[in-house]
Amino acid sequence: PPAHSRSDWIGPPDKLSNLRPVIFYVPPEETALERRLREARQEAQASNQRFWARHNRAFRQEKEEFIYSRLKAKGLEMRDESGQKATLNAEEMAEFYKDFLSKNLKKHLQYNRDWYKHNFRITFLMGQVALVRALRWLRRRKKNAEQ
Amino acid sequence: MSAARSCRPPRALAGLFVWRLRNTGVRQIPCRFVHLYHVASNRLITFQYFNFLKRMYVTQCNKDLSQRAKPKSHSIASPFHELQQLDQEKKVVHKISPVSPVHQSWSEMSSSNEFGEIKSAAETEDSVITVGAESKEDRQWKEMKLRLDDLPGILARLSKIKLTALVVSTASAGFAMAPVPFELTCFLLASLGTGLASCAANSINQFFEVPFDSNMNRTKNRPLVRGQISPLLAVCFAASCGIPGIALLTLGVNPLTGALGAFNIFLYTCCYTPLKRMSIANTWVGAVVGAIPPIMGWTAATGSLDAGALLLGGILYSWQFPHFNALSWGLREDYSRGGYCMMSVTHPGLCRRVALRHCLALIGLSTVAPVLNITTWTFPVISLPINLYISYLGFRFYRDADRSSSRKLFFCSLWHLPMLLLVMFTCKKSVLEKEDKGDLPVGSHEMAMEIRLP
Repeated sequence: PPAHSRSDWIGPPDKLSNLRPVIFYVPPEETALERRLREARQEAQASNQRFWARHNRAFRQEKEEFIYSRLKAKGLEMRDESGQKATLNAEEMAEFYKDFLSKNLKKHLQYNRDWYKHNFRITFLMGQVALVRALRWLRRRKKNAEQ
Repeated sequence: MSAARSCRPPRALAGLFVWRLRNTGVRQIPCRFVHLYHVASNRLITFQYFNFLKRMYVTQCNKDLSQRAKPKSHSIASPFHELQQLDQEKKVVHKISPVSPVHQSWSEMSSSNEFGEIKSAAETEDSVITVGAESKEDRQWKEMKLRLDDLPGILARLSKIKLTALVVSTASAGFAMAPVPFELTCFLLASLGTGLASCAANSINQFFEVPFDSNMNRTKNRPLVRGQISPLLAVCFAASCGIPGIALLTLGVNPLTGALGAFNIFLYTCCYTPLKRMSIANTWVGAVVGAIPPIMGWTAATGSLDAGALLLGGILYSWQFPHFNALSWGLREDYSRGGYCMMSVTHPGLCRRVALRHCLALIGLSTVAPVLNITTWTFPVISLPINLYISYLGFRFYRDADRSSSRKLFFCSLWHLPMLLLVMFTCKKSVLEKEDKGDLPVGSHEMAMEIRLP
């Protein structure tokens, strides 16, 4: 993002986590409240990134392992004659999906709780910041009107 | 994207879709499709519009105020990926003409993939986790500043306006089926209130699901995911839709409808959305969410919760299952990775059984309609063929449990419901018979119609 910009910038989805990173703008006159908001957002972003990058990587890995082990059991190689990657059909993969989901359920429950907490806190802080800014703006207008 | 348009395959594929849909008998929009096909033969627009319409029906799956992950998942983006994986023929896909290599899997694919997603899906041969639309624009860093002229579009996407429109239409069906003389103002108020409530619920749903949406192909282009709008604004929008909507329903129509609307919002945002990630019970809750709008329409017209309202709700409730279960069958990978607890992943046998069970229930419910004096006895007779057909497809899905049967069932459900409601309406018991009891609307009402039997 350009140096003179006064707003946050959001980027393309991350390769691992599919989340879009945000670069936060730090205004020179940032109040304590605004700083808390920014830090909350940064923390949420980092935590989300960590979770999804790890989770997606695990998914990919386990999927490969599953396919490999199944192909091996069937006596096939990872790549067939034409050099194409061999795959299993939907029903076989379904077993993997079921397994993966049940294995990760607890992890997801914990993540859900954390995410909801982050989300509410951030939104609440945003509300506070917006309110403070609105009041400041109103006060400034009143002062201008008086002058 | 336009470059791809000039390839012949896309056109053939679009044609294939028209043919498919025509064959499955999408009665409502045949003319639209044909028109589109002729007019936009070489333009991406056809395809996009196709996707739009398909997507409309796809998202309709949840008729409920929300788009369940399923419905979201409804968008067949992921099955597409799966197909890519599962098809033995992996073709090298060019960025420019992604559609042609996909031809094989395309013909199996059901629909509503966004073109960009197809491209990206086609590109990444083995990556399940597609990074996103390949459009250059998407790869750039964007300033997170809200532009006022973008706002209507953003809010439309936030509130899932197409799904909302479908929800409102089911509510209108409920209103129309109520055995009272038609009142236009009441009808409009009820529709508006329902629409606002639906917008609110959908916005809150998206607000809750940002990181999950970014990981699923169908939903990764939502406004909150892309940072086009702040969460605060989303919540404010939801409040500014929901509160007037419910107030309108409570004060302008009747308190019962308002209460149902508020309850439905609550059910969708606070029960269904979190439940999606906790247990498979979310499907049943979601089916209730989908069943409530027609009940709301009915209570808006009559002011009371009759057996007729419950029957209509029951029909929609039962319909949700074949619709959703068939759809979710192809999205198992995305659900699994996203952490959504859906029957198709965890209890596949149950998934198919439930779908079949509810297809059969539809037949039963259609037969109950005349018993409750909502329709004449011609209704079960006329609706029997379509109900039997969907039950047959449900049975095939139950027995075969494969992609093609699930897709067939899903597509059937898309036209089955509108047809059923239409037939129901035409078989509606005349209000004329109740004239002595009813009060014909006069004076303040702009228009009063009496529903007559054909």
